[in-house]
Amino acid sequence: MDPDIARVLVESAVKIALFFFILLTVVAYMTLVERRVSAWIQDRQGPNRVGPLGLLQPLADGIKFLFKEEVTPPHVYRPVYLLAPMLIFVPALVTFSVIPIGPALELFGQRVRLQIADVDNGVLVILAFASMGVYGIALAGWSSSNKYSLMGALRSSAQLISYELAMGLSIVGVLMAAGSLRLNDIVQHQIEHGWNLIWQLPGFLIFLTAAFAETNRLPFDLPEAETELVAGYHTEYSGMRFSMFYMAEYANMVTASALAVTLYCGGYHVPGLHLLRLPEPAAALVQVLAFGLKVGFFLFLYVWVRWTLPRFRYDQLMNLGWKVLLPVAVLHILWVSFLVLMNWT
Amino acid sequence: MVEYVPILIFLGVATLFPVATLVIARLLRPSVYNKTKLEAYECGVPPSGEARARYPVRFYIIAVLFVVFDVETIFLFPWAVKFKALGVFGFIEMLVFLGILLVGFAYAWKKGALEWV
Repeated sequence: MDPDIARVLVESAVKIALFFFILLTVVAYMTLVERRVSAWIQDRQGPNRVGPLGLLQPLADGIKFLFKEEVTPPHVYRPVYLLAPMLIFVPALVTFSVIPIGPALELFGQRVRLQIADVDNGVLVILAFASMGVYGIALAGWSSSNKYSLMGALRSSAQLISYELAMGLSIVGVLMAAGSLRLNDIVQHQIEHGWNLIWQLPGFLIFLTAAFAETNRLPFDLPEAETELVAGYHTEYSGMRFSMFYMAEYANMVTASALAVTLYCGGYHVPGLHLLRLPEPAAALVQVLAFGLKVGFFLFLYVWVRWTLPRFRYDQLMNLGWKVLLPVAVLHILWVSFLVLMNWT
Repeated sequence: MVEYVPILIFLGVATLFPVATLVIARLLRPSVYNKTKLEAYECGVPPSGEARARYPVRFYIIAVLFVVFDVETIFLFPWAVKFKALGVFGFIEMLVFLGILLVGFAYAWKKGALEWV
């Protein structure tokens, strides 16, 4: 075998193993963080018994899911019913593969990028995989042959596609400023010209709102509004298959947060870090940690908003998506055109 | 295209993980037959009527509108990437394109396609 190909293969294998481990750990611990922060906001304890500070709780939950009986009711359409949880879970993870978590650095005499794949169509890959999640939800709800599931799936699909428009249009502003679909170029542009957050604040707010809607989180969690639909599209699921939906939701939150950081908050950029003149590996480490902190802030924001805002009504949700976010997103594109033509960003 | 290969490998690994956990869960979990467990869940009362009930046509209208505007977004992407090179000419071109679409959007709005009652 060509030594060059062998080197690339080994490098990607190591990176994929590492990313997979990190991603799953973050997803697992996000379930704990959510419960602990929820408890903190509501002035109660939250899960704190399993291990120190409840840190082994995700592990206990995982083991419990493995031992839980799974009921596949006879009235479901089996092939689709069994496949749907995976159709949600897999894209939720794969979306992360093009996001850079740190700068390129010299390692064992190689130039290594801290991202699984540095592709020139990064943004398109993300949008493609992100919009695949809607298939899983629609198929899960339809194949369950349950009224709640079907209504939940319909609501969810309509919501996801409505907010996907606003999200796509808000990203257009970022692309115009950076002039590239490669996520590294977008980060580089922000390092040189300041974070997109500053000049494209409307775009950022649209993106953030759409990200909350795309992940089915409060205040947009109508697909699983307990008081109306029991559990929405996953009412008929149990055991490990149910946990797939659960993990996919958290994986989607992590990816959406990482994307918000990369597109609008400078990615792994730390302002003024070059003034310290750190050696390259140390600087890279600081930047990776900074990226993690920024993502952590957005994940915290998810939980914070959950206990701050009440759930929307469905007509309010659709009005916000179509009559507010979409026109504002188009206006935002005009604003960024103006900025770019004036050479301000 | 080589740089896309790691994504494919990641896709494979990400698919293997749920398959593996589901297989392990299948070996470990109990399976106790109970007739009521197999009923469609409707809050404990016996299920009534068709499960795939009729639903409002609005969902269909939203889907049709989505296709139009999603295609618009896709057209905007290459334009946005090359915006600096296209300059004022590209800007006016896009104004015309967006203008035509916004007329359609205003029509749909006026017709009440976006109302959700």
